[in-house]
Amino acid sequence: MEKEGASVRKKRLDRGIKARADTIFAVASYGEILYLLLPRVIPVGLLLALPLILSGYWGKVLVYACMYGLLALSWDFLASCGLFSLGQALFFGIGAYIAGIMNHYFHLPPLITLPLATIGGGLISALLLSPVMRLRGVYFAMVTLMLPLLLMKGIETTGAFGGTHGLSNLSPFTHDTFATYLAVLGFLFCLFAFRRVINSDYGLVLRAIRDDDRAVMSGAINIYWRKSQALFISGAVGSFAGALMTHHYQFLGMSAFALDYSILPVAAVALGGQGSFAGAALGSMILVPLSETLRALGGLRIAIYCGILIVSIIGLPEGIFHFLERKYHQFETMSEVK
Amino acid sequence: MSLLIYGLINSVILALYAVGFSLTYGISGLANFAHGALYILSGFAAWTFIHSLGLPFALAAPLAILATGVLGFLFYWVLLLRLRGIALAELIVTFAAGVAILELLTWKGFYGIRYSLPLFTRGGVEIGNVAIDYQRLFVLGTGIVLVILLWLFVHHTRIGLAFRAMAQNERTALSVGIESDWIGSLSLAFGSALAAVAAMVVLPLGVMESSIGYEVLIYALAVAIVGGLESTLGMVVGSFLIGYGQIAAAKYIGAKWMVIVPLAAIVVVLAMRPSGIFGKYKELEERV
Repeated sequence: MEKEGASVRKKRLDRGIKARADTIFAVASYGEILYLLLPRVIPVGLLLALPLILSGYWGKVLVYACMYGLLALSWDFLASCGLFSLGQALFFGIGAYIAGIMNHYFHLPPLITLPLATIGGGLISALLLSPVMRLRGVYFAMVTLMLPLLLMKGIETTGAFGGTHGLSNLSPFTHDTFATYLAVLGFLFCLFAFRRVINSDYGLVLRAIRDDDRAVMSGAINIYWRKSQALFISGAVGSFAGALMTHHYQFLGMSAFALDYSILPVAAVALGGQGSFAGAALGSMILVPLSETLRALGGLRIAIYCGILIVSIIGLPEGIFHFLERKYHQFETMSEVK
Repeated sequence: MSLLIYGLINSVILALYAVGFSLTYGISGLANFAHGALYILSGFAAWTFIHSLGLPFALAAPLAILATGVLGFLFYWVLLLRLRGIALAELIVTFAAGVAILELLTWKGFYGIRYSLPLFTRGGVEIGNVAIDYQRLFVLGTGIVLVILLWLFVHHTRIGLAFRAMAQNERTALSVGIESDWIGSLSLAFGSALAAVAAMVVLPLGVMESSIGYEVLIYALAVAIVGGLESTLGMVVGSFLIGYGQIAAAKYIGAKWMVIVPLAAIVVVLAMRPSGIFGKYKELEERV
């Protein structure tokens, strides 16, 4: 061995609690209970406590982070059945427009528009994307990238729903804290619901579609029906975020279809790690506050996101969450190569 | 008559947008989502060469084309080498690079009326009763010549044949000594250079803006999807379909409906033939 580093190698060992099974734990002490609970309880507790601590500007940033987190989660859910979208802005914009229109033209209160936009947005997204559901990978990404941009142009040129000026003076939530908690709880609910669903039989089918759709078809499962269900769920989550945002800002405009809402969720997932949902959540909780501190740089902000995205994909393809998870669950020692 | 001529020119412009994208994708399976950004970047590069270095446009244009080609080549070796084969990662990285370029251009203040490339020739001619300027005719000529040259290049040169070999079967190509990374990076370089060629002839028709980058990418994607991603014939047919469709929509329904045409075309074509009108190679593998 000429190389210095080649004489030692990293040795990884699973912790005992993990080694017994991957999902079923045999807990033998309080220490082990804590070991299992802390990584779940601390983030949840923090998120629930933050709205009480933060106020004003940073309170808004928290809502923002949860909203992008929802988009990132819906991206991850869609990706888990093999549909890689580059246009979460589509879901976001549809939800925002449904809520805004309901509120502006029919004067419905936010508590009614919000569920309407969630369900309706999911339905419309699923319908809109159903012709391209047969596509996979790059093809699907191309179409989803184009759709929000084209819809934005359509609104710009036809002047529908307020056109370039948008609709303003929409009714806000009764209380600011209420809106913040709605965002936080929605985000947490989605995170844990998705994590549970994806490991159930239903999620297993979705993941199988991603891995080998023809095998799933041969099991007499209608994959297009499953995919449209996934589109509905993902679209509904995105629309919820959009509707929430519309009422929170009391404004609706073409910017709801902006590229930000497509890029940031993907960047968050790429940073945090794909497939576990916790990665998506972690990524958006890191990226959004970071981007708010970068806001002073103006137009350079998106360029910097893209930089982070590129560096993180090339440098740490597995994502931060998977990296941390591995460090948490395994002992790493350097051992001599003999 | 004006429908016929302007539809033709619009179609050729769309074909010029798409030719680089579909070349790169057809050869190495790389969807270069930075295509639009490279297009507009080459325009600004030419502008900078003209106004900062004082070069004539005839020199600045080839220089910009060359520079864009080299950039595409570097893209491959710096960004994509570690990610080859992971379609999603490739796509996100090229897309992010493209957006970064566009945002940097906007940030540097590259927009406004003073940023426009000079026309090759002024004046115009009347065909039938339709007035048309020389620059548009020049675009038409360039488009036709480019497609013919590309066809000759791909069918009758060593590199072109290697390109086609890669497109057909990468492993077999490897076994006869065609190195895939080398050809992949060359294909990206060629695609980028073709984007720059399109920019040099089309951009003088209007003002340069970084938002054009998104538009070019959208049209290139629309044409490629409608025509089928890896077929040159499909690309030509796709651009004619969308090009004429747009002009017809503008004439008979109203100019604001032009933007709907690519979307409608995509939806209709994908519903009927999911791999595009002339897509063939990857029909079964990619689309199911």
